[in-house]
Amino acid sequence: MNILVCISCVPDTTSKINFKEGNSSFESQGVQFVINPNDEFGLTRAIWLQQKSGAKVTVVTVGDESCDPILRKCLAIGADQALRINIQAKDGFQVASILSTICKDKNYDLIITGRESIDYNGGMVGGILATICGIPYLANCIHLEIDGNEVDLQREIDGGKETLKASLPVVIGSQKGLVEEKDLIIPNMRGIMQARQKPLEVISPNEIKPATEILTFQKPDKKGPVKLVDSDNIDELIKLLENEAKVL
Amino acid sequence: MKILAFIESQDGDVKKTGLEIASYSRSIADARGYELVGVGFNIDNTKILESYGLEKFYNIETKEDNFFNVESYSDSISLIVEKEKATIIIVSSSADGRYLGPILSVKINSAYISNVVGLPTKYDPVQVKCSCFTNKAYNEKKSLKDRVILSLSSNSFGLKEQNKTCEFLKSTYVSSTKSLKVTEVDRLKGEVSIADADIVVSGGRGLKGPENWNLIEDLADVLGAATACSKPVSDMGWRPHREHVGQTGKPVASNLYIAVGVSGAIQHLAGINSSKVKVVINNDPEAPFFKAADYGIVGDAFEVVPKLTEKLKARKL
Ligand SMILES: Cc1cc2nc3c(=O)[nH]c(=O)nc-3n(C[C@H](O)[C@H](O)[C@H](O)COP(=O)(O)OP(=O)(O)OC[C@H]3O[C@@H](n4cnc5c(N)ncnc54)[C@H](O)[C@@H]3O)c2cc1C
Repeated sequence: MNILVCISCVPDTTSKINFKEGNSSFESQGVQFVINPNDEFGLTRAIWLQQKSGAKVTVVTVGDESCDPILRKCLAIGADQALRINIQAKDGFQVASILSTICKDKNYDLIITGRESIDYNGGMVGGILATICGIPYLANCIHLEIDGNEVDLQREIDGGKETLKASLPVVIGSQKGLVEEKDLIIPNMRGIMQARQKPLEVISPNEIKPATEILTFQKPDKKGPVKLVDSDNIDELIKLLENEAKVL
Repeated sequence: MKILAFIESQDGDVKKTGLEIASYSRSIADARGYELVGVGFNIDNTKILESYGLEKFYNIETKEDNFFNVESYSDSISLIVEKEKATIIIVSSSADGRYLGPILSVKINSAYISNVVGLPTKYDPVQVKCSCFTNKAYNEKKSLKDRVILSLSSNSFGLKEQNKTCEFLKSTYVSSTKSLKVTEVDRLKGEVSIADADIVVSGGRGLKGPENWNLIEDLADVLGAATACSKPVSDMGWRPHREHVGQTGKPVASNLYIAVGVSGAIQHLAGINSSKVKVVINNDPEAPFFKAADYGIVGDAFEVVPKLTEKLKARKL
């Protein structure tokens, strides 16, 4: 079985978000980049399939050479090989379209993308990629079991979950629940050493245009100070919520 | 020109987000003089849509297909997009809306823009404000295609009634042949989901253990609120994962968010930032949450919360 895990390199969750060039682009100086958390849950699930049934796990990212350390980390976690499609994409549509070109070539049985990236939160790469390739997509995937060609799946929905069946190939949008936080693999020394020997191939992208363009960024307005209410005066809080905030 | 609104329902009833989508779409239609067309599946109470400005509504019956099927739904909606020549399509930010949007965008060859938080600022091509970096920032995005799907962030526009005479029509359900099929749906009975809730009550590690969650549940009960929790609380198994909110959990965009014993880490705040009013109850006056909150009580949750619950109960009577 061949598995492709699509990895997005995103600012660490503690990053302060700043912009440059007249608020037209993200300031990446001084920002630590990490594997997008949703993708990491998917990568871990893929490694389990590799350990259980010998699946071959390829990780791919669309990005410039600044993403290489992240791909090396994925290799250290256990992926067999890495691909980097060398372009700084402009939007999720462009990323998905570029990824679809390699998916069509290589006939993966399972393609994993994160539910969404924590930078642009677009939540579109998996769905667009799958649909371009004519493969079904399952968003918000919290359960995946493969038996031969048959797949049992679960999707988290608002206020519950859905159980589904499909046959390979499928594309899933991974998130916490597919594996748990405690299951995430921290690379050990051996993994890190091995990762240096594993292939990391750089590919030039096809000419594909984005579907959207970001014009400007803006930070949220500064908010006023908190109104503190004494713990002996809960009536006051209720009054404020009722009359001032008007939310009760 | 036409705008198409995807109206979501559950068990035959239009959902509140469906009415928000109709209200938002109506405002665009008014601003541009477009006709507003709606589409939905298996809706019984279609009449209400006239009060939210729809002029035409396609109600699609899915017959034997009882569950949401993203392929069939998007194929069926594609037919209407083509028939009506709609150029702006509006979907919600619900789990289903965000699932359907990207897939539909490929089928109708449109741009797809998610996390939309306001009305378009320009048209031809459409330009809108969106949230990004999990609500740590916003951006202004422009569609580079003639057709665009906008996924509106829940609770960012609100409900606006406007009466119209609506023509009710039927349309074909296209049953997909793709292998993916839903076999079962488990919805928590009688519980409000975080996505649909007006009020969310959230508990953190300060509650000490799962046995104390009656504090959160009782308060949520009198408020008709959904319950949520911080990440460590769900990681430790005190509460189910579906309650984990924040940057790596669910986003919250409720009218009121009450955080009890939550410190207010940057990852937690990122996810709940778009809630309109935030209240924090924490015994540490230095907790970062006080910088993000609108109202706060410095105090012991085990004393404050039961009193608050009692007073709210008394107020209701
Ligand atoms: C990659 C990454 C992603 C993350 N994503 C998320 C996320 O999505 N969501 C999230 O929530 N966190 C996330 N976190 C974790 C985050 O950094 C914090 O660790 C977490 O939010 C803290 O949870 P907490 O507030 O419940 O616990 P703590 O930080 O331990 O805070 C407990 C609070 O309770 C107060 N308290 C204690 N006793 C009482 C009492 N009797 N009465 C009142 N108050 C009391 C304390 O003063 C304290 O402020 C993430 C972390 C990382 C590294």
